[in-house]
Amino acid sequence: MSETTETTYKPTSPNSKLDFASVWEYDPAPESTDHVEVKEKYELFIDGKFVKPSKGRYFSTTNPATGKKLTEFAEATQKDIDKAVKSARKAFEGEWSELAPKTRGKYLFRIARMLQERAREFAVLESMDGGKPIRESRDVDIPLVAAHFFYYAGWADKLEYAFPGKTPEPIGVCGQIIPWNFPLLMLAWKIAPALACGNTVVLKPAETTSLTAMKFAELVKDAGVPDGVINIVTGAGQTGAEIVNHKDIDKIAFTGSTRVGKIIQQSLAGTDKRYSLELGGKGAMIIFEDAPIDQAVEGIINAIFFNQGHVCCAGSRLIVQESVADKVVQKLKDRMQTLVVGDPLDKNTDVGAINSENQFNTVNKYLEIGINEGADIYQCDCELPADGYFIRPTLLTNVSQSNRVVQEEIFGPVLTIQTFRTADEAITKANNTPYGLANGVWTDKGSKIFKIGSKLRSGVVWANTYNKFDPTSPFGGYKESGVGREGGLQGLSAYVNLK
Amino acid sequence: MSEHLEILKTYKMYIGGAFPRTESGRFYKVFNNEDELIANACLASRKDFRNAVESARSAFSGWNGRNAYNRGQILYRIAEMMESRRNEFEKELTAIGFTTNEARADVNASIDRLIYYAGWTDKYQQVFGSVNPVASSHFNFSLMDATGVVAAFAPDASPLLGLVSVVAPIIAGGNTCVVLASEPYPLVSITFAEVLNSSDVPGGVVNILTGKKEELAEHFAGHMDVNALMITDKPSSELHKKLDELASENVKRMVKKFITDWYAKDAQDPYFITDFQETKTTWHPVGF
Amino acid sequence: MIDIPTIPIDQVAVEERVKRLNSRSIKKGSKVQALKMALSMMDLTTLEGKDSKGKVIQLCNKAKQPHAQIPDLPKVAAVCVYPTMVGIAKKELQGSGIHVASVATAFPSGMAPLSVRIADTKFAVEEGADEVDMVISRGAFLSGEYQQVFDEIAAIKEACGEAHLKVILETGELHTYENVRKASDLAMDAGADFIKTSTGKISPAATQPVTLVMLEAIRDYFYKTGKMIGMKPAGGIRTAKQAIQYLILVKETLGADWLNNQYFRFGASSLANDVLRQIVKQETGLYQSGDYFSLD
Repeated sequence: MSETTETTYKPTSPNSKLDFASVWEYDPAPESTDHVEVKEKYELFIDGKFVKPSKGRYFSTTNPATGKKLTEFAEATQKDIDKAVKSARKAFEGEWSELAPKTRGKYLFRIARMLQERAREFAVLESMDGGKPIRESRDVDIPLVAAHFFYYAGWADKLEYAFPGKTPEPIGVCGQIIPWNFPLLMLAWKIAPALACGNTVVLKPAETTSLTAMKFAELVKDAGVPDGVINIVTGAGQTGAEIVNHKDIDKIAFTGSTRVGKIIQQSLAGTDKRYSLELGGKGAMIIFEDAPIDQAVEGIINAIFFNQGHVCCAGSRLIVQESVADKVVQKLKDRMQTLVVGDPLDKNTDVGAINSENQFNTVNKYLEIGINEGADIYQCDCELPADGYFIRPTLLTNVSQSNRVVQEEIFGPVLTIQTFRTADEAITKANNTPYGLANGVWTDKGSKIFKIGSKLRSGVVWANTYNKFDPTSPFGGYKESGVGREGGLQGLSAYVNLK
Repeated sequence: MSEHLEILKTYKMYIGGAFPRTESGRFYKVFNNEDELIANACLASRKDFRNAVESARSAFSGWNGRNAYNRGQILYRIAEMMESRRNEFEKELTAIGFTTNEARADVNASIDRLIYYAGWTDKYQQVFGSVNPVASSHFNFSLMDATGVVAAFAPDASPLLGLVSVVAPIIAGGNTCVVLASEPYPLVSITFAEVLNSSDVPGGVVNILTGKKEELAEHFAGHMDVNALMITDKPSSELHKKLDELASENVKRMVKKFITDWYAKDAQDPYFITDFQETKTTWHPVGF
Repeated sequence: MIDIPTIPIDQVAVEERVKRLNSRSIKKGSKVQALKMALSMMDLTTLEGKDSKGKVIQLCNKAKQPHAQIPDLPKVAAVCVYPTMVGIAKKELQGSGIHVASVATAFPSGMAPLSVRIADTKFAVEEGADEVDMVISRGAFLSGEYQQVFDEIAAIKEACGEAHLKVILETGELHTYENVRKASDLAMDAGADFIKTSTGKISPAATQPVTLVMLEAIRDYFYKTGKMIGMKPAGGIRTAKQAIQYLILVKETLGADWLNNQYFRFGASSLANDVLRQIVKQETGLYQSGDYFSLD
């Protein structure tokens, strides 16, 4: 008998560990960037034309995975915003309002199709500009962008069915300000329903991630959307403020931090401007002892490490039943060892680059706060690239409800872990936050899911799953996580006046 | 027969299912349309408001947890109680200048409004909730869930119908509330509170204060445990701005319904309920 | 009575996990390494009613020399045959280091008295089988007779003596991942050295989600006992691409220690040629034709 029949069991010891430092490593599998073109600089998109900014100022954007400059965007100032609003107003009162609703819908269908045709290009650019793994921009962001336009395209000539007993009318010119975590997807969430309902828009992408928005502007031109219906202006906070405060804008839609959301709500005080806000969150994941544990662990991975944790609805607090806490944490740690952290353009990358130097510093600051608060820290052993902004996926244990790392939104790949004994305790902990965007619950017992779900104060409840998105599914928060919903039939409300 | 000396009713406030006087001991005089003093109303303080919010918060989970049928039954019960005390309401309304016919019409409309919303409690979820056909193997549905504790200013000019029109949709949807009654005509709101108190409405679900909007408005808007603020009379532009600014401190939902005619068609519809609802969307896998 | 707890398994999440693992992109050196690893993990199998001495000898030759023109190819792990063919295979593979595996226990149905199945097993071992692939009584399992299934596995294990026991769950007949998990736990507790998906006679045979569920069972058993149990998906794995996907499942569920033929096997017949084609393609850069690979 040959040597291989010998059974060489590992020692039976509680310390026996799985070894993920593999004998077999994946070679780099970079997505090609040959087919994408990045210009040296991008102008503003106003009234169907690419125009220079009135003050002639440009700002640069970097690839967060390399720290190197990628391109430049025009900085829109008050005059430019005014021009964009005028063009949106002209389109709203002219050509756009005169179109048959079904024709409006057909423009959106056309945009959806053209996005699908150019999906890979958009995915690559999204990863280059924002640092998210190509696996996500290719498999999640861009497909959802196209799906969102498809979904709302169909609503354009069916709006009267969405509001029983009322007649929906467009609001007018919408100012839309979007964040850097899902640049093109947030653009779709804003533009698709606004246009379907007959509005025109002035949209500002985030200053660190404007590239796909400007590519989208090119696509809008290719699609033949009437001039002025979609205006895209780039810039930072000041540019956003010009939009919020512009007198001829009828509605503001904002996605971003709760801090800025409150400032916007204040800025709009005393006006008749409508607004919808998608703000921050501190999602909890409640794991019961009767949960499918391996799938729950995978759910946690998706909840907190998806998009480097730059997700407003991220599951950033794990609240696990004491009886299974050790098992869950052990499995979570092992699973984290298999995460590939690095080049966003590598097809095997699970966790890419932190979006900006600023955010990199913020997350690191929170890690320091956590440690000072007495938390135990666990991180993957993975090697990080020498350049760019990377942070190892992190667990913080030995934390309490009163800790800042448990209370505040970190917006990075950092998970805090707490335990509970009874369902009531879990619900209390989950709801004990000014936020109310999303929560997760894992249990095999159906009736428990409905009970817990009914008690969680959040706009989304993911049961035995997490971080799922769909254009038909409304998304938005309770309490300080925002006002209004995006997506689904309910998402139309933010873009109509009911008569 | 000896002459009967009428017993005058003391109008107190309605907080947590009880009728306390204002903790401040303050009052303001309420006159009838002939400028005769008819009562000393409580002049609510910010602490009264704070107490009322605490009552509303502690009543919230229980009320929101009631099933829709039960909430409908209770709203219907309020209407029944109102019907049985309609003489008192009519008397109070005529005292402040309503004609007999107007008073009767106002009570009729108020009773009908309660029944209108009583009937909605188990239907708005069906009309405004949805099952969402997501493209993955998940069952996805959206339900309405009460926003929480709502603070509201009832309209000054419509002390009964206006008040009922504000309160009914808020509580029909499972919220609890703190309402400031019509400032010049507060008495009927306390009679309405007595009706609520005898109608199986749990204490704290509706709290009614009497007093001055000018004193209380900013506390209503700024309280961090109030989830929504409803205003029904257009405020001055300074106050409007101030209220919105304070509301932003906790991203309070601002519901502005500047309605002058509470008999109008658009003074009642299910959107008054959904204004105080949050859409909650649940995902669950579909598999073996 | 033996008590095997039901471990809840969420079907959708298991399949999502597999989909995510399938998005791994294996290129260049890591691909060649994977292909060679896959070859070394293969149980080259023939299990047909028409199997003959000639057929088995051919298969053994293929096992020893998978491709004449490529030097340094790893040998396959084993040749898997019916008990009556074990003697022939044993002789052909003498000195090669390649194991002889035999299906036994009234394969593929297992519908014979336990005494017959034990005798079947003993016969195979006496003929020289290094490894025995048994089937469980699915009928008994599905009707909740876990003690019976447990005892049978234990009896066969005893009959195996020194030979390695692979327990075939025939997952295609178990219908749910929870059953797959429960059968895995039961087999490991009863003494299996390997757990194996399928006979290859029932569709569906091996699938990646089923394999993932079994790997997770092995992982929990390891966490609990420190013992390493092997895994063998079998049936329906025909392409090199599939094989690499299975290896990714193993690598990211159990880690490096399972990435060898002591703890992981493929039960397959046509897979070998596709793996060889891909190896040649990687080395020459040219896409290959079936004409250059021996059909045995």
